[in-house]
Amino acid sequence: MLEIKNLHVKLEEEDKQILKGVNLSLEAGKVHAIMGPNGSGKSTLSYVLSGKDGYEVTDGEVHLLGEDVLDMEPEERAAAGLFLAFQYPVEIPGVGNMTFLRTAVNAQRKQRGEEELSAGDFLKVVREKAKTLKIDADMLKRPVNVGFSGGEKKRNEILQMAMLEPKMCILDETDSGLDVDAMKLVSEGVNALRDAGRTFLVITHYQRLLDHIKPDVVHIMADGKIIKSGGPELALEVENNGYADILAEVA
Amino acid sequence: MALPDVKQELTAARLDANAVPESGAWLAAARADAVARVQSMGLPTKRDEYWKYTDPTTLTSAQAPEAAVFEASDEAPLYDTIDRLRVVFVDGVFDAEASDDLTLEGVTIERLSDAGRADIHWAKDLYGVLETKGQIPVERPLAALNTALATDGLLIHVTGTPTKPISMIYRHKDASSDAVLHHVVKVEAGASVTILENGPAAARFNKCMEIDVADTGAFHHIRAQGRDHERRAVTHMFGRLGTESVFKSFTLTANGVLTRNEVVLELTGDDAQAHVAGAALGDGAFHHDDTVFITHDAVNCESRQVFKKVLRNGAVGVFQGKILVQPDAQKTDGYQISQSLLLDDDSQFLAKPELEIYADDVACSHGSTSGAIDEDALFYLRSRGVPKGRAEDLLVLSFLAEAIDEIEDADIAADILGRLEAWLERRRG
Ligand SMILES: Nc1ncnc2c1ncn2[C@@H]1O[C@H](COP(=O)(O)OP(=O)(O)OP(=O)(O)O)[C@@H](O)[C@H]1O
Ligand SMILES: [Mg+2]
Repeated sequence: MLEIKNLHVKLEEEDKQILKGVNLSLEAGKVHAIMGPNGSGKSTLSYVLSGKDGYEVTDGEVHLLGEDVLDMEPEERAAAGLFLAFQYPVEIPGVGNMTFLRTAVNAQRKQRGEEELSAGDFLKVVREKAKTLKIDADMLKRPVNVGFSGGEKKRNEILQMAMLEPKMCILDETDSGLDVDAMKLVSEGVNALRDAGRTFLVITHYQRLLDHIKPDVVHIMADGKIIKSGGPELALEVENNGYADILAEVA
Repeated sequence: MALPDVKQELTAARLDANAVPESGAWLAAARADAVARVQSMGLPTKRDEYWKYTDPTTLTSAQAPEAAVFEASDEAPLYDTIDRLRVVFVDGVFDAEASDDLTLEGVTIERLSDAGRADIHWAKDLYGVLETKGQIPVERPLAALNTALATDGLLIHVTGTPTKPISMIYRHKDASSDAVLHHVVKVEAGASVTILENGPAAARFNKCMEIDVADTGAFHHIRAQGRDHERRAVTHMFGRLGTESVFKSFTLTANGVLTRNEVVLELTGDDAQAHVAGAALGDGAFHHDDTVFITHDAVNCESRQVFKKVLRNGAVGVFQGKILVQPDAQKTDGYQISQSLLLDDDSQFLAKPELEIYADDVACSHGSTSGAIDEDALFYLRSRGVPKGRAEDLLVLSFLAEAIDEIEDADIAADILGRLEAWLERRRG
C-alpha cells in the first residue's frame, strides 16, 4: 500500500534535519502503529506524506499503490486515497461542517472521474455515519471545528475519514483528548473501516488505543528514524518501561 | 474662512459644468441652499483629512473621466429570481420602458423630476435636510453637490409593508456619462420596506439617499455595485432612526476603479438598531472606501458595522468608521469590525476605526485586521481533497461570511452569494 524508503526531510526555512532515513513498508489490510518520544518526527512524517508545505525532502521516496506521492499536490494525494487525521484539527470559521464534508467528498469523486453525490444521498450517508460517532446535527451545521471540544474535533476527523473512505489512513494521536467512551467510539469507527483493501498507520503514545485498534506491527521512532519494529508486545514494553531500554539497545 | 484658491476654482468649475435643474419652489429652495453650502465648503481635495486615503480628484473634476462600458454576458442579472418592483435608470436617466409601473401597495413612489416641479411636497422636510445635518461634524461636500444637481431619483413614502422590494437598477451604456441621483425614503411608524440597488450606473455616479425611519419602522437595503471596471462612484446614505426602528444595509462591491460609500446614521429614538455591512472584492485597479459615521443619541440602541475586503493585484481598501456616543446615549451597544484579506503583497488596506464615547454605561468594541489566507486552513482543506483554488475560495467566502450574514432575507443572501462565487470562479479561470 504505502512504501517509504530512506526518507530524509529537513525544514525548508531552517537547516534542521527532522527525518533521517525512514523506512516503512505498509501492506494492504494491515494496521501499523508508530510510537516514539515527543519530537521524534512522527507528526512531521504524517505531514510530509500528506504534502504540507515547509518541508524539503532531501532524499528517499514514497509510493502509494505504486505511485510516486512526493510529486503530487495534497489534494491529489487525497484523491489517490491518502488521509491524515490531524493531531491538531484546524478550525475554519465561516465554513459549515456539512459544506466542508460535501465539498471534500465531491472534489475527490470528481478528481477520480466519478459522479458527484447528490445533496440528498450525501445527507443520508452523513447522518448515518455521524450517528454512530455520536456527532449531532448541531455539530454538522456549525463551522468546521470551531468551538468543538478536543474530543469532538477528533471524532469529526474520524467522520471525515468515514465519509472519504480512504485507502491509506494515518491517524496522528487521534486518542489524545478523548475520554474513555469517546475512545471506544472512535476505535469502533476505525475498526468498522478495517478491511483487506485498507491500511492504517496509527501514531500514538499509549498502549490503551492499541487495546481497541489491534495493530499488526508496532514501530518505534526516535530522532527521525524507525529504530525498532515488532509485534503488539512492543507497545506493552513501551507502556511498562518507557523508551530508555529500547534507545539503549540500539545505541 | 475663505477657501484656498485651488478649492474655489475646483468648486466653481464643477458647478459651472452642470446646470442646477429647474424645479418647483420647495426643491428650488433646497437646491439653492445646497449650492451655497457647496460654495462655502468647497469640494474636497486629497489634502483634506477626510480624504487622506482616497483621492477625490476624479470625483470632483468638471468632466467625468471616461469609463468603458463593460458587457457582462457571462452572468445572469442579479435578483433575477426575486419578485420585485423594477425601476431602471440608464446612465442616470429614468427608463420608463424598462421599468415597472411605480404602483405598489403600502408605498407611494414618485420621481424627483416630477414631484420636484410642485410647489410643495412631503419630501421637503427630508430632501437635503438629513444631508445638511450629516455635514456636522464632518463636511461631505459631494453630498451637498448631489442635493444641488440631482437630475432625478425616487421619493418613496412607505406607509405599510409592500409585498415586494423596490429594486433600482442602474445601467451604464455611455462611456462618458456623469449621473447624479438623489432618493428620499420616508418609512412611517410600523411600516417596513426593502430597497435593492444594483448596477454600475454611469462612468461617474454621485448618488445620495436620505432615509427617515419613524418609530418601529424598518428599512432594509441590499446593494450590489456592479462589474464595470472603470466606473467611479461616490454614494452617501443619510439615515435618521426613530424609537425601536431598524435600519439594515448591506453592500457588495466587485470591481470598479473607484468607490467611496459613505453612510451617516443618527439613532435618535431609544431601542433602535442600525446595521451597516459591506463585502468588497478587488482585483488590480480597484480602490474601495467605506466611510461610516454612526451617532448614538438615544438610550439602549444597537449599532453594528461589519466591513470585509478581499484584495489582490494591487487593489486598495479603505475603512473609516466611527461610533459617536452622545452623553445621554446610555446602554449603547456598538460594534465595529473592519478586516481585509490580502491575497498578495501588492494590495493594501488602510483603516481608521474610531470610537468617541461620552456616556458611561456603554458596551462598544471595535477591531481592525489585515491578513493573508490561513495556510493551515488551506492545507487542511487540500488534505481532504479540495483543490487549491476551490479551497482558497472557500476561505474567502468564510472570511466574508460575517458581512453576508447581515442580509436578513435568505433568497437575497443566496443571490448575493451566487454573485460572489461567480466572481471568485472567474478569477480562477
Ligand atoms: N515547522 C517547524 N519549525 C520548527 N521546528 C519544527 C517544525 N516542524 C517540526 N519541527 C521540529 O521537528 C521535531 C519533530 O516534530 P514532530 O512534531 O514531528 O514530533 P512528534 O514526534 O510528532 O512529537 P509529539 O509526540 O510531541 O507530537 C521537533 O523537534 C519539532 O520541534
Ligand atoms: Mg506529533
